[in-house]
Amino acid sequence: MSEITEPTTSTLKIPKPKEPLDHPMQDYLRTERLPHIWCSTCGIGTVLTAFIAGLQKSGLDRDKVSVVSGIGCSGRAAGYLRLDSFHSTHGRAIPFATGLALGNPELKVAVISGDGDIAAIGGNHFIHAARRNMNLTVICINNFNYAMTGGQAGPTTPQEANASTAPYGAYEFPFNLPYLAESCGAVYVARWTSLHIRRATKSIAEALVKPGFSFIEVIAPCPTLYARRNRLGTGLDLMRFYHDTAKIQHGANTKDIDIEYQKEIIVGKFVDKDKPDFFTNRDNFLQNKLGDKYIPYKGTK
Amino acid sequence: MKADPIGVATGNHYIDGDHACGEGAIAAGCRFLAGYPITPSTEVAERIAERFPLVGGMFIQMEDEIASMATIIGAAWGGPKVMTVTSGPGFSLMMENIGLAVMMETPCVIVNVQRGGPSTGLPTLTAQADMMQARWGSHGDYEVIALSPNSPQECFDLTITAFNLSELWRVPVMFMMDECVGHMTEKVVIPEADKIEIVPRKMYKGKREDYLPFNFNGNGEIAPMIKAGEGYNIHLTGLTHDERGYPTLNSEAQDKNVRHLVDKILKNEEKIRLLEEDQIDGAEVIVISYGITSRVSLKAVQDARAAGIKVGTIRLIVVWPFPEKLIRKLASKVKAFVVPEINLGQISLEVERCAQGKTKTIHVPHAGGWVHDPNDILKAIKKGVK
Repeated sequence: MSEITEPTTSTLKIPKPKEPLDHPMQDYLRTERLPHIWCSTCGIGTVLTAFIAGLQKSGLDRDKVSVVSGIGCSGRAAGYLRLDSFHSTHGRAIPFATGLALGNPELKVAVISGDGDIAAIGGNHFIHAARRNMNLTVICINNFNYAMTGGQAGPTTPQEANASTAPYGAYEFPFNLPYLAESCGAVYVARWTSLHIRRATKSIAEALVKPGFSFIEVIAPCPTLYARRNRLGTGLDLMRFYHDTAKIQHGANTKDIDIEYQKEIIVGKFVDKDKPDFFTNRDNFLQNKLGDKYIPYKGTK
Repeated sequence: MKADPIGVATGNHYIDGDHACGEGAIAAGCRFLAGYPITPSTEVAERIAERFPLVGGMFIQMEDEIASMATIIGAAWGGPKVMTVTSGPGFSLMMENIGLAVMMETPCVIVNVQRGGPSTGLPTLTAQADMMQARWGSHGDYEVIALSPNSPQECFDLTITAFNLSELWRVPVMFMMDECVGHMTEKVVIPEADKIEIVPRKMYKGKREDYLPFNFNGNGEIAPMIKAGEGYNIHLTGLTHDERGYPTLNSEAQDKNVRHLVDKILKNEEKIRLLEEDQIDGAEVIVISYGITSRVSLKAVQDARAAGIKVGTIRLIVVWPFPEKLIRKLASKVKAFVVPEINLGQISLEVERCAQGKTKTIHVPHAGGWVHDPNDILKAIKKGVK
């Protein structure tokens, strides 16, 4: 089990700013690219903060950590991180990240992308990366819609919610992403909202050091499109909603945690199990079959 | 530098083009292949799947060709030389990410063992109808390099060339085989490792903070690469970007970025050029062909010469970038170009364009499924001298 001790106070070690305008995490940000494109009270920035804090907490060498994003609002996350960061094509963050992780086995590769990118156009890659127990941490920022393109319905839009391509409300059955991830073989599965920064940070730290395929869904407000169109108020109103309705249930059966429109959201760490990761599995298998003839792939010098 | 002996199966082999291509990749130093099964290319992946665990390579069978292409780009930035293998339908699926490889200037080799199309077409039968797709199948303006082997021996030799060109110009190289060449079994001689010339990836060695992943200053230099995990904190994107790799979304940046992608190939066409000429001087007609069709043409050319016609031949080995200047120069010297190819008009149109009306271009089309009847090419040659 990849357990990181829960500290008694906030996990965010915020150093004192050097200058009044310095950002406490600026060493991890491409400050020359700021301001970012995200709307006021959007949840993506919060997840980025949790990612940086989680990375710091994980103890990993940041030079050995790469981030890959797809396309969309969340897809811009890679572009603001001062790590080796890659902004790939729509839906293909996971296969790009798979290549990066396999190409240089020293790396820890994280994918940060949105629900449309990971669960719709990239859904096939998501399930196969989980099946392989590929050495990846996938963070899916779920804001229930395609925000970059103007608020269209997606595979996680709850039934009844309004979207620009669901003007009478969405009627398709949405994905329950933690259930999907677990059933495909993910060894670490958690869900939080962007209100649960401390817990999301802890999950990210745990996931980053967990060998194999780890998955964290973070529910985040989209104030400009999803919330406005559904008259849910601002991002802050949605944070209040998360506060009032999110229920922490560690170890909950992922079958039972569907998200319904503006109903209770079950959050927590649902899965944390051990299974050989892709590299270990491959090496053990081929070593066993080929004996001394097997030369493991070690990356390039 | 010379090839790593560990990957070189020195000796005389009796293998088909697909297997020879796999051996060529290993000899070239390729240690990463992501692919998806598709006839008639699968044997390349099968060869690699068997050989890679013995030479320290990483083979992964992906869930589709979209994933295969995205995976090799990611892998290349992790360090290794990379390749994927496919045929028409898979090639179509790869197109978006081929654009990403172009934009990120990522060296990679994409093998397309061509079969009849469109759509599922003729899965087990030959064609040369993806030549235009190889050039411009992804959206936007760009240029790549494409090679066309005509024998199993060349499938070995030119796969190495493909990797070398890919590293030199930081560009995807399309290795345009066809079903005939892929499934044709012939003698393939694999030389000693120290006889095989390999272009290693040009890696950046300077200060971390000074590194720029791209060079758009038009001086013909290609920026060196780094690999992820060494503290360079690079950023790469499919968006239009500046030399730092940062998205820059305006027309000036677009002009710089896209012109660089096009110019680095087109302005260096003569450096990249690889072709075989025969009896060009004084020729009345020149037959221009590539791949399997170049071998079928030989019979027609021999018959024409026996009948007293002065026929020259050009076999395109590098098809893209196209030897525009050469064709233009020859156009004013011959009565006709004859272009047989297993499609209904692709490279022939390029020849016609380069000829600029100075001579006629006679296309000898074939819709695919089999090679030409040499008599059809002979007829075209005879028509050409009239």
